[in-house]
Amino acid sequence: METPLPAKPCPKIDPVSRGFWENCHRGILSVQRCEECGNTHYPGTPVCPACLSSRQSWAPVSGRGTLVSWVRFHQAYWDSFRADLPYLVCLVRLQEGPLMLSNFAGEAPDDPPIGSAVEVAFDKVDDELTLPKFRLTS
Amino acid sequence: MSDYAHLKDRIAVVGVGNTAYGNFPDRDDYGLGAEAFRNALEDCGLEKSKVDGLLVCRIPYYARMGEILGLSPRWTMPLPPHGRMSAMGIIEAAAALEAGLCDYAALIYANIGRSRRVNYGGEESPGVWDPFGFTSPGAAHALMFQQHRAKYGTTTRQLAEVSVAFRHHACLNPDAVMKQPISIDDHEAARPIVEPLRLLDYCLINDGAVCIILTTKERARDLKKPPVLISGIGAREAYETASIANYDPDCWYHQARDVGRQAYGMAGVGPSDIDTLMCYDNFSPTVLFSLEGLGFCERGEAGGFVEGGALKVGGRLPTNTDGGHLSNSYMQGWALNVEAVRQLRGECGARQVQGAEVAQFCAITPCSRSIIYTRG
Repeated sequence: METPLPAKPCPKIDPVSRGFWENCHRGILSVQRCEECGNTHYPGTPVCPACLSSRQSWAPVSGRGTLVSWVRFHQAYWDSFRADLPYLVCLVRLQEGPLMLSNFAGEAPDDPPIGSAVEVAFDKVDDELTLPKFRLTS
Repeated sequence: MSDYAHLKDRIAVVGVGNTAYGNFPDRDDYGLGAEAFRNALEDCGLEKSKVDGLLVCRIPYYARMGEILGLSPRWTMPLPPHGRMSAMGIIEAAAALEAGLCDYAALIYANIGRSRRVNYGGEESPGVWDPFGFTSPGAAHALMFQQHRAKYGTTTRQLAEVSVAFRHHACLNPDAVMKQPISIDDHEAARPIVEPLRLLDYCLINDGAVCIILTTKERARDLKKPPVLISGIGAREAYETASIANYDPDCWYHQARDVGRQAYGMAGVGPSDIDTLMCYDNFSPTVLFSLEGLGFCERGEAGGFVEGGALKVGGRLPTNTDGGHLSNSYMQGWALNVEAVRQLRGECGARQVQGAEVAQFCAITPCSRSIIYTRG
């Protein structure tokens, strides 16, 4: 009998982050935007880091960005990632400014050049969770 | 202009002590901390009853520490178990002494992470990046080194120079955990952890404790050892990308510049006056970032700077002469401050930097700090 694979860590959905994950479910990448001063940031915050307003919403973004860096994990910090080793994590600066850590969608490139253009590609994990991943655009 | 100039040469390190470093499953943080405290008291010849300030870091409960040591101080400060706290604590204690909040401050740090199998990464409370498999302070430094490599052409063989030099120092330090010399080729052949970093780019995790006793320059004259003065201080935080823990898109260059400007300006020295550098080294890349930010070399040139054993005793900038976190002991900056003091006292034996008069500690982290020590 096969042992079921341990579940990977899930995002913590709370009143601040819920809008982000609901948008992902609908295929929309968004960042938190302050209704008062227009500051955009990610992850979400309970007040705007610029003006401290509580009036914030999840604003759709282009989904395009630049590859800032990437690393290749050879160590399993969770058992649930052991089967994926080695795996890549990429750091993307969205055109709209915020940084996001993610993975490459589909087959990971071997040595992706830093500074490459990337765009979001949604990975539907299950009915509950869709993760925003990125692919190199040529 | 706000700075710390009024603290220049006002506060002295008078006593330092440490335990053995290693894997001690039968001992706890309090027992290790108590031993380091006893050694530091012995080092300076201070009566225990004079200690009226207590700062603890990574100790579970400050009051229990006070109970165990039989102290009833009038100033207490507990700090969380983060690596960046050592110089933050020393600066806080210096300010408290100058303000008269206490007369003699004992700063105690203990770590039992080795015997209790503490992991850094993959914590149980989910972080925002965990679904992507991103975790651990080492991975954040791997991201930064990857950027440095791409932008400036820095190589992993240059990075290896850091680990090789510190291991060389550990082999000269009777207290150090790691005793086997390593080569650049050994570094390159080590197991990858989070590429581009390998095992020998990562600090140790071991048990041990450190104590530092501070007082004012005037009171220091009555104690056993020649005082070592705090001559320069610099501080700047970088919280903008704190949700990617231990990461800064510019490798803390701007914060390190600011810290250097403050510390050198206050002490009236520059990088070329530093006889020995004690550089917070949780991961080897941070040493390169520190050298650039503090101005020991130009931005992007640290890879070339460290080549040819430049960081070894006898090299152009003897750095982490005790072996640092990579090869001596993971005392999260505290042991490096002790090493700075011992160098200025001339107590370092085979690893002594001859004629050392100015020693600098730096921790270039989300809370960057530097302290410049001089002979009193």
